[in-house]
Amino acid sequence: MSRTLTYREALREGLDEELARDPNVVLMGEEVAQYNGAYKVTEGLWAKWGDKRIVDTPISEAGFIGMGIGASMLGVRPVMELMFWSFHSVAFDQLVNNAACVRYMSGGLINCPIVMRGPANGGTSVGATHSHIPEGLFAAFPGLKVVSPATPADAKGLIKAAIRDNDPVYVMENTKLYGNTGEVPDPADGDFVIPLGVADLKREGKDVSIIAHGRSVLHALEAAETLKEQHGIEADVLDLRSIRPLDVDAIIKTVKKTNRVVLVDESKGFGGVSAMVSHLIQDNAFDYLDAPIKRVTTLDAPAIYSQHIEHEQLPNPRRIVEKVLSLR
Amino acid sequence: MSSVTADTPRLDFAGSPINKALTAEQKIELFRKMVRIRRFEQIALKYYNAGRIGGFLHLYIGQESVAVGTLSLCGENDHNITAYRCHGHAIMSGMEMNPLMAELFGKATGCSKGKGGSMHFFAPDKNFWGGHGIVGGQTPLGLGLAYGLKYLGREGAALCYLGDGAVNQGAFHESLNIAALFELPVVYVIENNGYSMGTSQKRSSSYRGCLAQRAEGYDMEWDVIDGSDLYEVRAKTHIALERARKEHKPAILEINTYRYYGHSIADANHKKYRSPEEIEDYKTNFDPIRLWRKRLVAEGIITDEQLDAIDKEAAAEATAAVKFAEESPIPTIESIMDDVYWETDNQTPASKIGQHFFTD
Ligand SMILES: Cc1ncc(C[n+]2csc(CCOP(=O)(O)OP(=O)(O)O)c2C)c(N)n1
Repeated sequence: MSRTLTYREALREGLDEELARDPNVVLMGEEVAQYNGAYKVTEGLWAKWGDKRIVDTPISEAGFIGMGIGASMLGVRPVMELMFWSFHSVAFDQLVNNAACVRYMSGGLINCPIVMRGPANGGTSVGATHSHIPEGLFAAFPGLKVVSPATPADAKGLIKAAIRDNDPVYVMENTKLYGNTGEVPDPADGDFVIPLGVADLKREGKDVSIIAHGRSVLHALEAAETLKEQHGIEADVLDLRSIRPLDVDAIIKTVKKTNRVVLVDESKGFGGVSAMVSHLIQDNAFDYLDAPIKRVTTLDAPAIYSQHIEHEQLPNPRRIVEKVLSLR
Repeated sequence: MSSVTADTPRLDFAGSPINKALTAEQKIELFRKMVRIRRFEQIALKYYNAGRIGGFLHLYIGQESVAVGTLSLCGENDHNITAYRCHGHAIMSGMEMNPLMAELFGKATGCSKGKGGSMHFFAPDKNFWGGHGIVGGQTPLGLGLAYGLKYLGREGAALCYLGDGAVNQGAFHESLNIAALFELPVVYVIENNGYSMGTSQKRSSSYRGCLAQRAEGYDMEWDVIDGSDLYEVRAKTHIALERARKEHKPAILEINTYRYYGHSIADANHKKYRSPEEIEDYKTNFDPIRLWRKRLVAEGIITDEQLDAIDKEAAAEATAAVKFAEESPIPTIESIMDDVYWETDNQTPASKIGQHFFTD
């Protein structure tokens, strides 16, 4: 049995279940409590769980995120909301020097079971400072785990896994996805957790592999539909879901099946998740490639504001279709 | 704002030297500036609701006296910088409505060519160093403007605006320490509208008397100002600015004010964290434009009818700006890659060394 939930409701359900399961889980961030969350992900949770479990913080990212990391060292399991992932910059030291390194530097004596979550995306006309997409950046710091769910079910399953994980997990959501709906398993059917590090084949094909994560998965699926209807091309669409740990086996498997790859990544062309995936493919499946690996990324400039052309800076179904056709 | 009521007796700052020096024309000009900001934003609001303006729209309506009062004291040597609620500072710095409105409409004729939007207006030629999107992020930049002035041996001071929520960012505290330590000509203006998004000042900040008092920890001057009184804003800011200009001493001014709309226009919650009575009370008893208007009429400088005419002109100017924005072209796709690197824009020899862009 499953029901239709929005991405935001699925996240909320996951948070709510973990709050119920473990009294050490605490939600924190700007406007998460009384205001019900800037994006309404935490709506109703303050009313249900009260001040102790759902905590509004001042606008002081370095302070409250560092506080969360410190508390997690002692066994609290904080889930911190970043109103936008773009604001990571204010707390960067805490995120990459403390959360990522403390376990290593202490020789495994200290764990840091914290979750950082919030939207990381462009596409909402909010300009350069509010549109950073930093999953590749954080995945580059060993010690951190990074996930990027595309669907409501994945959002719920992954947020629950993230909260139970004993390492810092950075959950990159997307404002453009919060209102999307999808089937999510019923809680009555048991605990629904998606392990970190498992990719999901969202569509089966034989001609080309489109590998994506986050909102790009939806663009990839739309592109796959067009490719089938207009060009008779059948695409495998692999959703990475988890950036680190990364499901390299699933990536290699689809490449060996289709022999052609287009990677879709909302990060910029330089660096980013797709650059790493591209390297892994050529390292592990070079002999299976019938064409060079291609990518569809965000045009390599800070995010433009103009609502008229911002969508052209980002990956979109048209750009994916064009890239796939260029492989022939 | 909370401890002040409509009947609280107030000091009269009309007689302070900087206000006494104002001519009737200059006083009327202050009114014109305030209504131009308000009309610009009211019309922008209409077009935002009609889906013509993207992203966020953080309105300054209710706070006009802060930008107008403080920036009316600035000369050609003074500089200013603020956060994302930047329309008022931009207009007061002398930016025209056309490029501002076009920016909101995401057009190529916008002040940032459609790249910045509502939160990112800039006019360095007018000593306005912009609206900035990261809360508190502009406070070290304001410090840097002051440092630059002193380093370059130039006259003047920097005004750096921030909200009551931004006072808790580490960057602000680090800025205060350096400002006082290096004796830099910067005046921090906390525009205390009582709320950071849905969180009241009481729920976001720990403080004794007021937020500006934190200056004491840094051995810095501070003052608190009633933002509904333009004379008071000018009188007290003048003292701080003069001290900064002449003695290179920084200060914090906390100006109590209020925003009538939500945090941004996308903030559907704003009637929940503030009571309708509170909003009404402010609009009726503390509105800076209304009070200035009354003052000018009481002083016998101008009639209500003449003020109405000025107001109408401002509205017409804003409406014309919408027409300009509507008729302007949208940016080209190629323009996304402009303005990233100076050398590629200018096609210097350096632009041909190495590869600057990496797409797909
Ligand atoms: C570093 C950072 N954190 C959070 C935000 C989101 N945000 C934007 S404005 C704002 C409230 C700021 O309130 P205040 O400083 O009082 O200024 P006001 O909006 O009242 O002018 C928040 C939380 C941001 N832009 N930057």
